Amino acid sequence: MNRIEVENLNVYFEEAHILKDNNIKIPKNTVTSLIGPSGCGKSTFIRTLNRMNDLISGFRKEGSIFFDGKEIYEPDVDVVELRKKVGMVFQKPNPFPKSILDNVAYGLKVHGINDKDVVEERVEESLKSAALWDEVKDKLDKSAMGLSGGQQQRLCIARTIAIEPEVILMDEPCSALDPISTTKIEDLIHKLKKEYTIVIVTHNMQQATRVSKHTAFFLHGEIVEIGRTDKLFMEPEDKRTEDYITGRFG
Amino acid sequence: MGFRLISPKISQKIMKGVFWASGILTIIILVVIIGYILFKGLPVVNLEFLLSNPVDLGRAGGIFPMIISSMYVTLISGLVAAPLGVGAAVYLTEYSSEGHVVKLIRFGAETLASIPSIVFGLFGLSFFVIFLGLGWSVLSGGLVLALMALPTIFKVAEVSIEAVPKSYREGSLALGSTKWQTVYRVVLPAASPGITTGVILGMARSISEAAAILFAVGAALSVPISIFDPGRPLPLHLFIMATEGISLENAYGTAAVLVMIVLIITVVTNTMVERYQKKMMGR
Repeated sequence: MNRIEVENLNVYFEEAHILKDNNIKIPKNTVTSLIGPSGCGKSTFIRTLNRMNDLISGFRKEGSIFFDGKEIYEPDVDVVELRKKVGMVFQKPNPFPKSILDNVAYGLKVHGINDKDVVEERVEESLKSAALWDEVKDKLDKSAMGLSGGQQQRLCIARTIAIEPEVILMDEPCSALDPISTTKIEDLIHKLKKEYTIVIVTHNMQQATRVSKHTAFFLHGEIVEIGRTDKLFMEPEDKRTEDYITGRFG
Repeated sequence: MGFRLISPKISQKIMKGVFWASGILTIIILVVIIGYILFKGLPVVNLEFLLSNPVDLGRAGGIFPMIISSMYVTLISGLVAAPLGVGAAVYLTEYSSEGHVVKLIRFGAETLASIPSIVFGLFGLSFFVIFLGLGWSVLSGGLVLALMALPTIFKVAEVSIEAVPKSYREGSLALGSTKWQTVYRVVLPAASPGITTGVILGMARSISEAAAILFAVGAALSVPISIFDPGRPLPLHLFIMATEGISLENAYGTAAVLVMIVLIITVVTNTMVERYQKKMMGR
């Protein structure tokens, strides 16, 4: 079953044609990597899936994006509900300047869950799922800004899964992290894919091979090739994919 | 190579010295003024001076009613100007896109800031005192001061809200928050140290102002009980005492108290803001 289906997606910012005729199907509880050189549109693509591009003036799209069979750009779709189901982890860790507890509890509070016991339980569960609990359990009331970059990013993941989304979008979640933190996040992705559908943008091709079942290769706003990760890297069908993964450009 | 009067190394040293001197001079001016006021004024300041009513127009006795009047007008100005200024700043930074209305509001605030205080005073008399029928009262005075504090609060709030990283807003929206939830739960708390500083700056201006309230608060020597009573805030008392030659000694005493109040407010808020910031940023 496909969680997300994108059909003939075209995206424009003002006059610039950023995404061209993108078609992609993302099955439930799998990890899909989006790779490609800088400026190829993969970040724009992922931000279209939870409608974060709505915030940018001049954004316009054609084509359809279905989430569980429902077109997410229909006027009757509640974007708040959509973002609750389609969570996002950003390139640079962006915890709020609040305590660790308040960061993870943020989404719960926003969605009206205020019962102290429920909140604390969910915070603990989420921090455990994000493999951060042991490191922070004694300082939940301390500011999240005091954590290391890798811890902050896992906190952002905990914050996202606290509201129990169905999809987690990750926009280069490791690009600001050191190798050890990166390994921790990758382990986490392996664990999370059992429960969540994950779409991850990455610059690191080894990372794509390590974490994802499917990979899509973006170039100049087009999806050049999409398929099983092992196949795409071992026997790419398109010459451009081959050139990219063998390091001839990008 | 052309002829150089001074080598870059020497000009670097000279300029460093010039900037250092500017900094030091600023501090010296501040210290001299405050020192002089305290030197001339502190001898008459004691508990009795602070807590008793003036006698014989202020030649003797204390300044208790003036302290209360000052508290009244300053609090009223803060209570009115802070929500208005912060509200306008939130609208401009979060809800509007750069257009004619936004430019107009910003231009309006800048113009408001450059109007001489005595003109505010005249407006206060004709609008609050006469037109709205509030009479000579600490309320009229507070409202005039609110107008004067408004641009400062607005400008500082706008700058602090704009300085909140976009990534905080994105993080909040991506969790399914509405715009208002994002503003209220993330943006305003993150900007609150700056906003607080702006509000205090605005109120410090209010508490120090004499000309703007000259025609609005009356000049009563008694303690204002309700906000509709006339009063005589410290700067006005100081002005009257000095210009009418009542008692220069007590005028300096009043000035010393005023300076102390402003200093205490500034230091206390700065310390609180710093502490909050440290806690927020986990340092």
